[in-house]
Formats: sequence, C-alpha cells, structure tokens
Amino acid sequence: MQQPNQFLEKITGPVTQAGQCLIFLFRMLAGVRFSATQILAVLQQTYLIGARSLVIIMICGFFVGMVLSLQAINALEQFGASDQVSLLVGKSLFRELGPVLTALLFAGRAGTSITAEIGLMKATNQIEAMELMAIDPIQRIALPRFAAGVLSVPLLTALFNALAILGSVVFSIGVMDLDSGIFWSKLQTGIYFEKDFIGGMWKSLVFGGTISLIAVYFGYSARPTGSGVGTATTNTVVLSSVLVLIFDFIMTSFLT
Amino acid sequence: MEDSETSRIDTEPPVIRIRDLVFRRGRRIILDGINMDIRRGSIVAFMGPSGAGKTTILRLISGQLRPDEGTVEVNGRLISSMPDRELREFRRHFGVLLQDGALFTDLTVFENIATPLREHTDLPEPLIRRLVMTKLSAVGLGGIEERMPHELSGGMARRVAFARAVVLDPDIMLYDEPMTGLDPIAVSTIRTLMRDTNDALGLTSLVVTHNVTQMSQLVDYCYIIASAKIAGEGPPANLSVSEDPGVEQFMNGKVEGPIPFHYQPPGAPWGLLD
Repeated sequence: MQQPNQFLEKITGPVTQAGQCLIFLFRMLAGVRFSATQILAVLQQTYLIGARSLVIIMICGFFVGMVLSLQAINALEQFGASDQVSLLVGKSLFRELGPVLTALLFAGRAGTSITAEIGLMKATNQIEAMELMAIDPIQRIALPRFAAGVLSVPLLTALFNALAILGSVVFSIGVMDLDSGIFWSKLQTGIYFEKDFIGGMWKSLVFGGTISLIAVYFGYSARPTGSGVGTATTNTVVLSSVLVLIFDFIMTSFLT
Repeated sequence: MEDSETSRIDTEPPVIRIRDLVFRRGRRIILDGINMDIRRGSIVAFMGPSGAGKTTILRLISGQLRPDEGTVEVNGRLISSMPDRELREFRRHFGVLLQDGALFTDLTVFENIATPLREHTDLPEPLIRRLVMTKLSAVGLGGIEERMPHELSGGMARRVAFARAVVLDPDIMLYDEPMTGLDPIAVSTIRTLMRDTNDALGLTSLVVTHNVTQMSQLVDYCYIIASAKIAGEGPPANLSVSEDPGVEQFMNGKVEGPIPFHYQPPGAPWGLLD
C-alpha cells in the first residue's frame, strides 16, 4: 500500500513541474532583446529544427492528402457526391489534420532532438561552463530553440497543407479522374481563409509554443545521465502529444 | 618552486577568504566549519577522496552554491550573499576549466573561444579574431580553429578549453579535475600551461584533483578535505611527510585509516561493522 506522502507527491509533483515550467517560460521571455545576435541564433535554430523537418513533413503531407481523398471518395460515392471530395479534404486538413499531424511529427522529429541536445549539454557540463562564464544558458540555449519552434510549426503546417492538397489532386484528378474544374472551384468557394486557414494557423502557433517549451524545459531539467536524458526525451514526446490533442479540443471549441 | 617566490606569495593579501563555512545537502553535512585564506598569485589544490566536497568548495567560491552558514569572500566582495545579477557580472573575474573541457559541441573551436568575448565585450570582429588566434597559438594549437570539438583529442580539447578560460584575462582560474583521462604528455602540457599562465598573468589558481603526484609538482599550497573537514593543509612537500593519520592515509593511498571505507548514510542507526 502507498504511503500517504507518496500519494500526495503524485498529485503535487505534476503541479510543481507545471509551475516550474511556467517560471522557465517567463525567464526565457524576460531575456528577449531583439538584438542581432539573438535574431541570428533564432534563424540558425529555425534552419536546424525547422528546415531539417521539411522532408518528413512534405512526405507525410502528400500521403495524408492521398489517403484522405481515397477514404472521402469511397464514402461520398455512395451518395453520388464524390465531386465534394476537395471540400471535405480541405476542411479536415486546414482545420484539424494539418495543424495536429504537423505538431505530432514536429514533436517526434524536432522536440526529441531539442531535449536530447540540451540534456547532453547538461550531462557534459556545457551548461555549467556557460553559467561560470557569466552567460545565461536560458537565453543562450533555450530561448533561440523555443522561438525557432514557435516560428517553425505554423510554417511547416502551411507546407503540410499544401502538400496534402497536392496529394489529393494527384489521387482525385490523376487517379480517380475527377473533374479538375469542380475540384478547384469547390475548394475555392467552400474553404474560408480566415475561419479555416487562419484558425488552423492559430492552433499551430499554440502547438509550436507548447512543444518547444516542453522540449527545452525537459532538456534543461533532465538528470545529467544517459538514462536521465533518455527519460526526458520520452517525456517530451508523450507530454507534447497529449497536450497537443487536449489543446486542439479546447481551441476547436472556441474557434468554431 | 623557489623559496623567494614562496615567501612573496605568503606576504600577498588573501584574494579568497572563507570563514566558518557549513554546507549541507538535505540532512547530510558536506562541509563543516571550513576556514581558508588563499593568497594572490598562488596555485592551490583541493585534494581528498571522491565525494569529500572538493568540487563543492569550488562551486561555493564561484557562487553556484550558497553556504548554509559562514561566508565566502572573493576580491573583498561577499560572494555568499551577492544578488544573482551582480554575481553573474562578478563571474567575469573567473576563468574555468572543467573536467573534459566542456566545449560547446555545436560550435567550432574558434567560436568556442570567441564566445566569452562576444558575450561580454563590444570588440570589433577583426580584434576578436586576433585575440582568439593569439590564445589558440599560446596553447600550441594554431590552425585548428575551424574544427569541431568532436574532431579533437582529449588533450587538444582540454587545451582549447584552457584558451577559452583565459580569453577574458580573468583574475582567478578554477580547475576541476583538469588532467583526468589524459596521457602523460598531455598532462605535462596542461601542467606547464597552468603554471606559466598563473605566473605570467599574476592569477590565482584553484585546482580540484585526486592525483597526488601531479599536484606535488604543480601547486604551492594544498588542502586535503575528508569527512567534511580540512584534514590537512600546507605546501605539498610538508604534507608528504605529515604524521597526521588522515593526511598520511590519503597521500599514501592506504585503505586503512581515519577516512572510512564504508559510506554511512545520514541518520542510519547502525553500520554493518559497528
């Protein structure tokens, strides 16, 4: 049987972690200077974590578009409404699948690498060396990665959406021989820029911030050992995936 | 070291003054009632068994840790109660060489050494380049500035870290196990660099180490830390002939002696051998 204080710790532990994570966020934001060095560091990290996620995002986006079209055509054919496929694919992509799938892929591809990199920096005393050189590691290490994550996820989401539409075009028009004029006109008239596209972008901005914050915080607070870094990396993927889905529901409730 | 040099250091005022220092981790006392006066221009070693609190002393001096009781004074400033922002500025007086060098793995050798200059000065790029190249040549590694840290041997990485540590011309150098895992030639190189830099720039150097032989060839004064207290202190030559049982046990690497083999957790009601 569990001791009462162990039980209490299971409740207070996550609350304490959440509080520390928020303090960490405020410490990062307090260090925003918009200096040339800082902007350069953010751009460099955007290349490292954003641009290097391009291939996986593009491949996944293309195939998600194809599979969505396949399922949609199969279902709509029963009602003789297969010409509505672009509308169904567009709505589900821009509002939900684009932001959520991009965020989940980003958490797996970039979130883990951020946590592991910062955790290893800690294990090899690089963070300590920085503190001793009077350099704030939160500003120097965490802030550029966080900012790059916030910047990258919406851009990657837009690209994911574009590639998914391309996948849908290839499958619907190229393979299933649907009329291209109807495909594009339904997409153009049925998808609203502000409600559908911008709504999805807001979501991806929040997802980017959530994943990046979790990744840098877990890396920074990882135990400086092999297993500590491993655990922190796993926690990053698990917690960011769960939070992305929870925040998706909350934001959808407010945006629709 | 020459006798005249030793007496010169003895007359220098203490640059680091530690009084009645107590430091605990939870219920465990790591350091208890430590008093030290470290004089300008000297190289001082903190020696003792693993887990004795040697690195903790270094961290208390650099302000990474705060003592539970007592004071730590560096250059006449009270480090132990200094506000964080002030402390960060004050750390520019320190140069640090940690175990394994702790080079930034995402930066080239050049950028590693240039980092403190970029962070703390507004020097133009040509001057930064000249300073970095001068320091790199001083450690005998001119021409490797574009390499990444993973392309360096252990000894080279340690020398690059040394160049980075002295690039801002600090007053005090802190070394945490600077020679661990190096071959004898690399050990001699690092030792020579430490001595020459200390004497040429008039620094004060603090070295944490286990290695009795290496240190007796380098340092001016030595503190042996064991069981949370200073078990012995003095110039290495005096310590090697000390009759104090704790000092004698450590200097000769004996298992039997007052420094216990068995770890006793805090608050444990009994030990296996009691």
